[in-house]
Amino acid sequence: MAPMVAEPSPVLPGALDATTWVVIPLYNEQSVIGAVVTELRQHFEHIVCVDDGSTDGSAETAEAAGARVLRHPHNLGQGAALQTGIAYARSQPTAEFLVTFDADGQHRVVDALAMLHQARDENLGVVFGSRFLDDRTKPGVLKKIVLKTAVAVTNLTTGLTLTDAHNGLRVLRRDAAEAVNLKQDRMAHATEIVVQLGRSGLPWREHPVEVLYTDYSKAKGQSLLNSINILVDLIIN
Amino acid sequence: MWFQIILIASLVGIAIYLIRSTPSPRHLAIRRLLVLVALVAGVVVVVAPGLLTQLASLVGIGRGSDLLFYVFIVAALLYVVNEYKRSVQLARANTQLAREITLTEARLVDRIDALEAELAAANRPRG
Repeated sequence: MAPMVAEPSPVLPGALDATTWVVIPLYNEQSVIGAVVTELRQHFEHIVCVDDGSTDGSAETAEAAGARVLRHPHNLGQGAALQTGIAYARSQPTAEFLVTFDADGQHRVVDALAMLHQARDENLGVVFGSRFLDDRTKPGVLKKIVLKTAVAVTNLTTGLTLTDAHNGLRVLRRDAAEAVNLKQDRMAHATEIVVQLGRSGLPWREHPVEVLYTDYSKAKGQSLLNSINILVDLIIN
Repeated sequence: MWFQIILIASLVGIAIYLIRSTPSPRHLAIRRLLVLVALVAGVVVVVAPGLLTQLASLVGIGRGSDLLFYVFIVAALLYVVNEYKRSVQLARANTQLAREITLTEARLVDRIDALEAELAAANRPRG
């Protein structure tokens, strides 16, 4: 099933990155996951998709594209899937870095590569992607209000001063990944992970990333009402 | 007047319980005591209905049935909050269980893959 020898990447010089594990929570994204995994596989040897009970054949598509697919027995939520993926990746003896990546194709692989580069160069524990550090990303007004509110809440609860919240693109060094133990199964995990990484005391930076708002990701995007759910999940113990 | 203070204090108490507390044997004991007290109070009030009205006027409410109604609302809220917290705990336990199943399966598959690769490598030179 897996290639016998790791062939050098056809597009870029140099071998595949074998010490970084890309973790993708996956739930009903069959139309896009194949392309996402295929593109990542040109740079990374290890792609882990945690299939969170998809009903549309997402898992098979991801597997065919070359990802290692772990399957939840039923749908538990994105936070739960992310934690499962992190737990699997950090149990691999050769894993030095983890990249968390969204399944819906809104992140760019070049951003992930640049973030990894920064983490290695500056010896950082964590690199958070932020769509507000440059002007490549163009969210709508409402989206911007939701996100900026989430940023304010996150900063208030975590003590970190981030410019973006709920951005799924992150780079975690092994020791940072070991500090993560997400209990929020649903969307509130995106704040919880910042809290836990902040508490770890490891050095962190933000890195500008572009978020591609396709019609597809817009249709699935978070609503204003859902941010109320996130808030309640975070407040109630 | 008196009862307003008691009522508001109970509601604030429930809110704090909702947000702060984590399950403990102490809470379980308190819940069980509350149920016991409610049962005993129920029997007493059924036997001597006049007591309820006396108690009501003591805390500044006209009728006993009004007092009963307020207490019922507080008790119902407490029940809802308690059940909600319980369901959150159960969901977390369920997630952990599901995660263990997923990771155990992944470990097994990885191990089998590794063994199969070893076997294939061992068989190759003979052919």
